[in-house]
Amino acid sequence: MSPREVFALRDHLGAELKGRTLSDAHDVVSLTDVLSQTVLGGRLRELSGRAVLLKLSDQLRSGLAMIELDGIARRMLLCPPDLNPAHLDAVIADAGIDAVVSDEPDRWADAGVSLVVTAQLPLQATTPAKTERATEWLMLTSGTSGVPKIVGHTLEALTGAIVAEGPAKGPAPVWATFYDIRRYGGLQIFLRAILSGGSMVLSDPHEALADHVARLNARGVSHISGTPSHWRKLLMSGSAAQFAPGYVRLSGEIADQAVLDGLKAAFPSSSVGHAYASTEAGVGFAVNDGLEGFPADYLGNRNGVEMKVVDGSLRIRSTRTAHAYIGRNAAALTDGDGFVDSGDIVELRGDRYYFVGRRGGIINIGGLKVHPEEIEAAINRHPDVRMSRAKSRRSPITGGIVVADVILAEGTDPARAKEIRDQILDQCRAQLASHKVPAVIRFVEALDVTPAGKLARTDA
Amino acid sequence: MSVRSKVIEAIQQIAKEQQVKLPALTDDLSLHETGFDSLAFAILVARLEDETGVDPFTISEDAAFPATVGDFVRAYENVPA
Repeated sequence: MSPREVFALRDHLGAELKGRTLSDAHDVVSLTDVLSQTVLGGRLRELSGRAVLLKLSDQLRSGLAMIELDGIARRMLLCPPDLNPAHLDAVIADAGIDAVVSDEPDRWADAGVSLVVTAQLPLQATTPAKTERATEWLMLTSGTSGVPKIVGHTLEALTGAIVAEGPAKGPAPVWATFYDIRRYGGLQIFLRAILSGGSMVLSDPHEALADHVARLNARGVSHISGTPSHWRKLLMSGSAAQFAPGYVRLSGEIADQAVLDGLKAAFPSSSVGHAYASTEAGVGFAVNDGLEGFPADYLGNRNGVEMKVVDGSLRIRSTRTAHAYIGRNAAALTDGDGFVDSGDIVELRGDRYYFVGRRGGIINIGGLKVHPEEIEAAINRHPDVRMSRAKSRRSPITGGIVVADVILAEGTDPARAKEIRDQILDQCRAQLASHKVPAVIRFVEALDVTPAGKLARTDA
Repeated sequence: MSVRSKVIEAIQQIAKEQQVKLPALTDDLSLHETGFDSLAFAILVARLEDETGVDPFTISEDAAFPATVGDFVRAYENVPA
């Protein structure tokens, strides 16, 4: 039996497709010519077979380094920009890192990693490299506290959903995402851009939203993805009117009906879809019927993705899941049957499952368990609400009560606040058990969103 | 607005939301007879904390929960500034 042919990112690139680019707010790089260029100063050979930490201050060089290293390095650990520096040593030890690609080589002089390679722009000419092996891709989970877990993937698992969907019809897409490509959600979009023969426009955390949207337009972005929180911020910014992407995708948080309807209204000629994916479980499915939740018949085996619900949470087994947590004391990633427990709690209503929250995000209200997301979805159904966050507050009477912070849609008359508050409460009482109805509603100007694009839940 | 009228107004607002039919709110009416359950009282205390800046039942360790409407109002009136 001959060994299976191994494909790496470089094998999806080539000079045949003209005009492909990868760009950020400062630079534009040709993907058409990228195979004969190097961001690593021509030092790729030194990284062959190594376990490489990719620790760069920008996404553009990170993406270019991924293209170069995939198929050459033994392992490649993508370091997201918000990694707590205090956790770096533990991550390096657990991943067995023996080389770093950095743009700050001086900081690594005494760090005990034997090989430090500097990533730099502009690119330099080099001889194209050949794929040697299937590189293991390591990503970090985006939990809020403690050392992040290291999740091991292969390119084959990471691209399973992209390959299954087949090539996009029509002209090669220009992808963009509000995510960082060193997180699972953003990496999916980067890989889609590479595999689809298209281009990609990267986000920049220091750029104002209006400038970002102007850049997306200037580069002709046709496909774009973000979390519901990203999209709500865009809808609130007033910048959406200048933008008309063909495909709008949501993932990473629960896409409730309000945000789906809001996007459909803002982008009437776009298809709007939400996808379910996580760093561990991989891409589960996409929902394109414009409705929140997913059809109940998605359970079972569908396109090679097996799903079931046990103890209320969604469990997934497929070739797209990660293969292991990496590290000395790493827990098992799957159960004995190979299913990943997503920790996402779903509820069957009629012939559809609805996401109600995270198992770890439950708040305790007078001894009863409550998912804040379920309350937020009920609040967000009010037409004047753009975004909300429910949380618990200590109560001397019941131990805890629900309070909610609400952002009203742009241009709402402040004089209507009391009327809107009463309507939201009426709506919540009609849809939620009484202990889930917010005791207090505060109107706020902004809500914190984490670097991973999710609503910040400091109390969960 | 006096502390008393803030408290009474909040009670009436929550009664409306919770569809509780309040009897006349006299000082000697026992809180039990208001028809409020513990959730309604929890809401009341939280909202009054937002409005007045104090929660008399948390800040004072020896504060027993009041028995009557009058006691309840006085708990807010007697908070040291």
